[in-house]
Amino acid sequence: MTQTSSDPMLNTDQPARKPPILDVRGLTKYFPIGTFVSNRLVHAVEDVSFSVRRGQVVSLVGESGSGKTTIIRLIARLIPVTQGEILFNGIDVLKSEPRQASLDYRRKVQLIFQDPFASLNVVHNIEHHLARPLIIHKKAANRSDIHDLVCNLLETVGLNPAPEIARRYPHQLSGGQRQRVAIARALAVDPELILADEPISMLDVSIRMDILNLIDDLKAKNDISYVYITHDLASARYIGDKTMVMYAGHMVEGGPSEDITRNAMHPYTQLLLSAVPDPHAGLRTDSGVTVRGEVPSLINPPPGCPFAARCSKVMAICRQEIPGTSEIDSEHWVRCHLFV
Amino acid sequence: MAQNGRPRLSENLSNSQSLLDIRDLKVVYLTARGPVRAVDGVSFAIRPGEVVGLAGESGSGKSTIAHATLRILHPPALITGGHVLFNNRDILEMGEIELEQFRWSNIAIVFQSAMNALNPVMRVRDQLLDVMQYHGIPKAVASEQAIALFDLVGIDPQRLDAYPHQLSGGMRQRVVIAIALALKPSLLILDEPTTALDVVVQKDILHQISELKEKLGFSIMFITHDLSLLVEISNRIAIMYAGEIVEKAPARVLFDQPLHPYTLGLMNSFPSISGDKHRLTGIPGSPPDLVNPPPGCRFHPRCAQAMPICSQEAPVTRSMSDSHSVACHLYAEV
Repeated sequence: MTQTSSDPMLNTDQPARKPPILDVRGLTKYFPIGTFVSNRLVHAVEDVSFSVRRGQVVSLVGESGSGKTTIIRLIARLIPVTQGEILFNGIDVLKSEPRQASLDYRRKVQLIFQDPFASLNVVHNIEHHLARPLIIHKKAANRSDIHDLVCNLLETVGLNPAPEIARRYPHQLSGGQRQRVAIARALAVDPELILADEPISMLDVSIRMDILNLIDDLKAKNDISYVYITHDLASARYIGDKTMVMYAGHMVEGGPSEDITRNAMHPYTQLLLSAVPDPHAGLRTDSGVTVRGEVPSLINPPPGCPFAARCSKVMAICRQEIPGTSEIDSEHWVRCHLFV
Repeated sequence: MAQNGRPRLSENLSNSQSLLDIRDLKVVYLTARGPVRAVDGVSFAIRPGEVVGLAGESGSGKSTIAHATLRILHPPALITGGHVLFNNRDILEMGEIELEQFRWSNIAIVFQSAMNALNPVMRVRDQLLDVMQYHGIPKAVASEQAIALFDLVGIDPQRLDAYPHQLSGGMRQRVVIAIALALKPSLLILDEPTTALDVVVQKDILHQISELKEKLGFSIMFITHDLSLLVEISNRIAIMYAGEIVEKAPARVLFDQPLHPYTLGLMNSFPSISGDKHRLTGIPGSPPDLVNPPPGCRFHPRCAQAMPICSQEAPVTRSMSDSHSVACHLYAEV
């Protein structure tokens, strides 16, 4: 995956010795809806646990409405957590900084959004966008320092000539260039963890790989960890050391990306895999696992496994109890009654 | 060439084998900065029962071709040349009244934003009936057909009384397909029909479209940027870049032996789910500004194999075999 190694599997082992930078335990988020007379809750994220090691990319995969974005908004502490722990470098930040995240936490955890057209302010030039985090986080003393740092950042993300780009306005840049600016903005404050929310889905196909490779290079060079959100299993596998599969707010399977795509256990993961167009596998008419249906409503959901209504291997217990975690091997786990 | 008024087509040029035959189509958008040559001399044909895929990035002219085929382009877009033959009748020569009858009953389109193509304050039944009644089908007959159409696309006919917001994204897309099929067109244009949908729903819908195609026997012009999807669904694929077709081939041939460096680049832009994991390069740079397209081959500034001639002369389209053609100087002498 990185240029140093030809065998992608070696890379998943290497960061294993490093301690987790992020450890999420039992993360839960309910959104109340309706008026004060009804107490309906949207169960957006339900009991999600996973960890990210230093220098690792963890991909969160799921369809729209599966809770991926809510998870990273919770980790970034943009919205309050209903229940659960977020351990950052071993410290439970919800306890140590209960009311709101400290400036230091907000520096270390940065976000990249899906839409590079909406995430940049049209009335400010690129230099303004990159100077702001530098000023807020006191990274530079004076104007010329700031300008030098801005140019450095632009060069880091491959935008040349940097002084020229710095003067431009967002509308003068292409989608790919804007997304590079958004990445540079995240890098400005030396983050330890970057939360990337579908950073390539709005970009033209021919430049998507450029952006993914840039993220991958920065991971190696700056020792940054990532949570990468996508609905596309192929890109999750391409960039992620680990892949976690989300369904209706639940994390149903997780493990090394290679295991998830080659040896998927959960019926939902198998369904997702069968839906990915894959010319390399030859022209398939149907792989037989297609199940009609869509993600269930998350408002006061019924008990049991969220996938029970669509699962071809559903059993009686699936409609009663949420399955616990079963280990397939030391890294690969699944939450499904079939494997209890 | 023919800026104002296209030359009439001589009779012997007609090719009776094709359902749709687009020849040297040119469309410009008139902007303050100058004319944008969005489609610049595009030719391809669709035979009965065939699925032809048009692939390319945003701005490559795919949707403009679809809109020109139905003549639903609005100013500042202007068709400046070429022919669009449907069963040997040139659509570009039709009068407004003829065109109104022709559209939808012969060629129907499913738009990119199909989820928003429905009127939010009308029940879906009325939207279906609207199309049929406009084309002279009595209401009683149309009502029965509406039920049959819902069955066909896999929605419970009881949902006919629903408003669009009461349906999921996948169901709305099915409704739009039902409306497109209401008059039994012989050509269905699908303009990024599943881009806004989740992968599992996308698979369902594509599966359904293939089934319907087999059952009803219409042809499909399938427009998307997702080449891996096209390889699965199409018989033949045309690759577009900056308003031109750079390569045309049967789907499998294109996938196994892509010739044009742009096609290769596109292939290199999709990580595989099952193949070996290796670093993909994508294509450096970004698509050109079509007000001032680069001289010579429009792809040369991004091409790794560019030669001096590429910036001077536009390559001609050359047939490499019966069904495989490419416009690239690399294949000039064969």
